[in-house]
Parts: sequence; structure tokens; C-alpha cells
Amino acid sequence: MARILAVDDSASMRQMVAFTLKAAGHTVTDAVDGKQALDIAKTQAFDLVLTDVNMPVMDGLTLTKELRALPAFKFTPILVLTTEAGMDKKQAGRAAGATGWLVKPFNPDQLLATIRKVLG
Amino acid sequence: MSIDISQFHDVFFEESFEGLDAMESGLLNLSVGAADVDAINTIFRAAHSIKGGAGTFGFMDVSTFTHVMETMLDEMRNGEREVSAESTNLLLDAVDVLREMLTAVQQKVETDDARIADIRQKLEIMMAGELEQQAIEQTLTNDGQSAELDVDKSNAGWRIDFRPHRHLFQTGNDPVRMIRELALLGDLSSEVDDDKLPPFSDLEPEDSYLKWILTLRGDVAESDVMEIFEWVDDDCDLVITPLGADTLKTSIIAEEITANSESEGVIADVDQGEVADVIASTSAPVEIASTIAAQATKAKAPPATAAAASIRVGTDKVDSLVNMVGELVITQSMLSQIGENFTPEMLPLLIDGLAQLERNTREMQEGIMRIRMLPISFAFNRFPRLVHDMTDKMGKKVELKLTGEQTELDKTVMEKIGDPLVHLVRNSLDHGLETPEVRLAAGKDETGTLQLKAFHQGGNIVIEIHDDGAGLNEEKILSKAIEKGLVNEGDVLSPEKIHELIFLPGFSTADAVTDVSGRGVGMDVVRKNITSLGGSVEVFSQRGEGSVFTIRLPLTLAIMDGQTIRVADENYIIPLISIIETLEIKAVDMKHVSGQGELYKLRDEYVPVIRLCSVFNLTPKTTDLEEGLLVIVEGEGQKVGLFIDDLLGQQQVVIKSLETNYRKVVGVSGATILGDGTVALILDVPGVMTLYRDPSLAKMLVNNDRAA
Repeated sequence: MARILAVDDSASMRQMVAFTLKAAGHTVTDAVDGKQALDIAKTQAFDLVLTDVNMPVMDGLTLTKELRALPAFKFTPILVLTTEAGMDKKQAGRAAGATGWLVKPFNPDQLLATIRKVLG
Repeated sequence: MSIDISQFHDVFFEESFEGLDAMESGLLNLSVGAADVDAINTIFRAAHSIKGGAGTFGFMDVSTFTHVMETMLDEMRNGEREVSAESTNLLLDAVDVLREMLTAVQQKVETDDARIADIRQKLEIMMAGELEQQAIEQTLTNDGQSAELDVDKSNAGWRIDFRPHRHLFQTGNDPVRMIRELALLGDLSSEVDDDKLPPFSDLEPEDSYLKWILTLRGDVAESDVMEIFEWVDDDCDLVITPLGADTLKTSIIAEEITANSESEGVIADVDQGEVADVIASTSAPVEIASTIAAQATKAKAPPATAAAASIRVGTDKVDSLVNMVGELVITQSMLSQIGENFTPEMLPLLIDGLAQLERNTREMQEGIMRIRMLPISFAFNRFPRLVHDMTDKMGKKVELKLTGEQTELDKTVMEKIGDPLVHLVRNSLDHGLETPEVRLAAGKDETGTLQLKAFHQGGNIVIEIHDDGAGLNEEKILSKAIEKGLVNEGDVLSPEKIHELIFLPGFSTADAVTDVSGRGVGMDVVRKNITSLGGSVEVFSQRGEGSVFTIRLPLTLAIMDGQTIRVADENYIIPLISIIETLEIKAVDMKHVSGQGELYKLRDEYVPVIRLCSVFNLTPKTTDLEEGLLVIVEGEGQKVGLFIDDLLGQQQVVIKSLETNYRKVVGVSGATILGDGTVALILDVPGVMTLYRDPSLAKMLVNNDRAA
């Protein structure tokens, strides 16, 4: 199963996402903000990154840009979890190099369905 | 797979309340006019997280309410809205409402719908004009679900011309994914166009060169096809044509059209339960019906009894515990090795081992107690708001200073000290600190200072509440005390003694009861609450310069220093904190007063002597006071001597509740297990004094017990 890096500053979201992914058999590493995620990503490879957008220290879009600059993450699917469904926010995600997005609120089934899409 | 997300509710509530605290303190620190982007960002983020979490965990009311706040904060953040005192105060009110809403859903009780609607309306009025915009955004939020509502269908199927741009792979997308998903919708056949594929020598392996012509047969909605390409529609040339149609219909961003044309339907579809509320607020009869319905459901679901308490513990604390357990295991294996082939020569080894075990145990005990310790900022963080609101109301100017916020104390003590602290702070604001005019007239800065200070001292935590206000008015206190009959006319009291009077029951110095300091609840209650935690409160005041209230509290309620004593054949524990001294009795210093029992002359005062044997109905070993000892203890500001047979050791005892295991007993605050396995009762000194004054209390309980 896949190795997933999940980034969210909210503990409840982090727990929910990690629990759901683990229950589906994935290996999950979590981080509380972009900075922490980037530090982890520099030492480890992942099959998928899930990141919140609004976070302290380093937001999700900056994280996406930074990850894309790392050779190991050039083609890695990066999904942005966003409450903003407006087109401009999606464009911003795409411009940063995100693969796609998942609109909050989502339930565990929607999360898994989206992940199946990118992981195959 | 179905996952029960209610298991994350506790964490959600906990972090949401923390978020609200952060929003509140952020709002209080926002300076009017100047937009401090970082500060607003922090507030915005907290609102954003609450909204997202509430949506995810199914608290739609909370989510919608927060959405309005979030929008307003977003405008402030982008500099589109000025930070005014009005908007800040409204947001503070909204924080309060949100806190109430969250508490209500957490405890499964009713919310104050009128107040919620009121604040929400005020927010919306302030943002006037943006309402419709929001409704549209709201639908867009749910456009994932809108796919279920199909408008234009092609019964035959679709021809999809899909040419990814060369950089597609660098967005993490893979054309194979799209094709695979299309195949799930219907019967798919594909044709590859490799026109653009360069000669091998020029081929960039990281780029995409192919084009696919896909034929999807079946009754498939166009929006379903669009959704598959949603993430890449900017990174490819995409043409979707209905099969059998002659006109080429390019629809690259059909999404928006779909969303707009369906927006009304989507609102109705997605909001379900919430719609009922919306309708309820617009038409009265429905409102009544829905209230009744709500009450009916509420009756079925009993309110959650005391929310499951949890504490967050820093990993460092847990790590050090794990470390200590490791050491304990080593000690244990060492001891069992000694025990296996024990010879008398190994005695020093055994003694060393036991000493090590003792050290390990003590360290673990301290480590485990630390888990329950929280920084006092948890109790302090409500004061900025309280001071802001109160000074506003009273027209005073006060600067609040907090120091030692990281000082830790036990969670239980923290919970119980909140109310007394609030009372003391309100008191200082109301009675202590003066209005700007009075302060200026007295030659002081027009802004008063209120300082809350916490620090550790010995095994105690000390909390000081300083104000540089008027100080206690001795004449006023004294005349009030005389009026209330607490002091005799003509008594000469030192200023300190006069200050102490404010802690007497039924004392209130306020000329008129204001709605600020509350009514009826006086300083006596504050002192009583603090004493019941095993602490003390004192006041030091200087006319014209201010007052300092000093609270001393034990760090924890679970363990205390106790003095083991022997009375007849029983062992008891007296809390060390209440013992003043222990002495041998000289018969000449004893006095018998009819109706008042025995008194002992302790230097220049007489203290009543309580024979514990008679209080607890034991057969005394001796009645001769000279054969035993007198322990002078203090409770509720009064000294008494306890007559006991002997003093045994001093030790830290772990308090076991008698109330949960048996029932409440007057004069006993709990029990503990001694080293030899016997149980000893822990004396509650004020309780023993009550029992001594009124022995019928003990009997009454016995009778009740029998009756039951």
C-alpha cells in the first residue's frame, strides 16, 4: 500500500485523515505545518502528499511549490485539501503544482475515493 | 469502508475551544485602524479550522456560522475591510456565540437560537451586499455533490479528444488515471495519436507527447466526464462531443454553468437538516413545530454527563516516563537476580537495590504527577477579555499584565481556582482601581495596572493579584464591621486585622451592589473555596497605593504531606500544612471552662482542646493529658489543639476518596494506605472542629445510614 504524507494544522483533521488512511492499509506520516512536512519530505519518499492550505509557519501552497522543486517529488501526486471551492483558489493550487484538490468538508469515503483515483 | 468519525469529536472540540481562545486574545490585541496582517491571519486561521472541522464532523450550524465570521476576517486580512472597534467587538460577540454553540453540541443541549440569529444577522448586515455572493460560494463548496444532478445527458455516449500538455506529468497527474476512470463509466475504446511524438533522440522522458481519441459509449452525464478531467482541464486540450451529434460542442468549463443553473437545487439538496432551520426562522408556525420536534429529540438524548475529560501531555513528559519505567525494569531485574541466589554477603547489594527502587518509584511518582500539571495560562487566559469588557463598561482604563503564565499546577486545582480568581479580579477592577479622573486627581497615571503573577514556592503555587488602585479603606471597613456586629465598638484593630475583616461571612464594602462584582457572594466564599483546596488567601493593602491578594495553593490534590498520628489503636493522618506545632502538655496550663470544655494556654492565647478519642468514639489508652501530646492545628483561621497518643512518621500520602468508595464522613477528608498495608483516615481539620462543636452531626449521619 501507499506511503502517504498528511499535513494539517488541525489535530482532529489530522487524526481523522490518518485513521482513515491507515484503516485502508496505507502507511501515514503526519505533519502539523508545511515546514515540518518539508523537513520530513527531504529525508523520506512518499507516494502521495495530502495537504491543508491554511496553516501557520508554511501554508500548503508554498509547501507544494517547495516539494515540486525536490527531485523526489517532481511527479508525486500532491492533493490540496481546501474549504475554498472558488475557481481562483483551485487555480492557485494548480499554479503551485498541485495534482488536484479535495473540497472540505469531506467524509472518509470521499477521501478514500479521491485517493484511489490518484493511486490507481 | 465505514469509519465512525465521532471518535474524533473530542479532539475537535478541544482544538476548537483552543482556537476560540486564540481568536479572542487575537481580537483583543488587534489595534484599531492598523491592520496587523499576521495577527488577523492567526484569527482567520482559527476560524477557518473550526469551520472546516465542524463541516467534516457534521456540525453544520457551527460551520455556517463560522463561515460568516471567516468571510469578514478574510476581508480584513486582504485590507478590504477596516479593523474598527465595532467590527472587533462584534467578532468578539461572535466568538462567544460560537463557544456557546460548540458547548451545546458537545453536551447535546439546546442552543440559544435567538442570540445566534441575532449575532449572525449583525455580522451579515455589516457585510451587507455580500450575502448572495456567499450563497453562490456555498453551492460551489458542494459542487462535488452537484454531479449527481444531471442536466444534459447524451444517451449514446461521448467522443473525447484529450491531448495533455507536455508538462502534465509534472503536476503529478497521469493520463492513465483519467482513462481508467472513464472506463468505469461505460464502454470505452481508445485510439492513440502519436503525431507529436519526436524521434527517440529528441524525446524528453519527463514530457507527455501523446493524444488520445476516446470513445465512451453508454448513458453517461457530461458532468461525470468533466469531473474526471477537473484537475487537468488547464493542462490539456480537451474536446468533448456527444456521439451522434453533428455540431461540435466544446465545453471546457461547463462546471460553472452547471453550478449556477443548479445552485438552488443544490442548496436544498445539501443542507437538508439546516434547511429546516432556515424555514423555521422565516415562518412562525413551522418554527413552533420544529421547536417541539427539537425538544422531543432532546428528551430522548440525555445531555452528556460531564464531558469526557482529557489532557494533552507534552511528548517530553511521556518520554521521560518511558525512560523511568525502563530504569524501574532494570532495578527489578537486578533485585530478582539478587533474590534468586541470596546469601548474607549480598545484603549490601540488596540494600543498594532497594534504595535504587525507592529512587525510581519517587521519580516515577513525580513524573506521573507532572502529567496532570498544566500551565496556569489556562486559568489566566480569560482575563484579557474580562478586563476589556469590564473596563469598557465602567469607563476605567486598566492595563492587565500577566506574568508566570507557564507556572504549572494540577488540572483539578486549576479548574477549581478559576471562579475565586475571577471574583478577585472583578473585585480589584470594581473596588480597587479608580476611574481616570480620580486617578489623575490623586496624581497617578490615568491608566491603572492590574497584575496577575504566578510562581512556585516550595510545594506550593502562589498567585498574586496586584492592583495600583485606592487600597482598602480601613475606616469604611471598620464602621461596616461594627454596623454588622462583627467587631465591638471601640475595639482597636491593627490595619492588618481590619483588612482580614473583609473575609468574614456577610461582609460587603460596596456602597451599592454593582452588577460587576456580583451580589451576595463575598470574599468569605472566595476564602472558603481556596481553603477547601488546602490553600490560603491573604490581603496586603496600602491606602492610595493599591492592594495585593496572595493565594497559596498546593500543587496537587492527589498527594499531600501528612503526619501520621496514633490515637488509641488507630492511625490517622493530619495534613502537614494545617499543623502549627506539637507540644507536651503541662497540666498547669489547662483550664476547664464549663460549657466550653477544656482550654490550653498556649503562650498568650487559649486554644480549645479536642480529644480525638471522644470525637471518633474510641476507647482511650489514657485520659491523662500529660501522657499524650497536643497537636496545634489551624482550620478556617482558628487554632485548636488535638489531643493524641503519639506522633508517628511524616510521609507523602496518596489520597483515596472516601466519598467515591464509601460516603462522605464529617471530619475525614479521605483515606490512604500506609506502608504496612493498613488504611489510615486523613483528618479534615475544619470538619473535626465542626464535629467537636456539634457531635450530633456524626450521629445524624449514622441515623441516616440506618434509615437507608
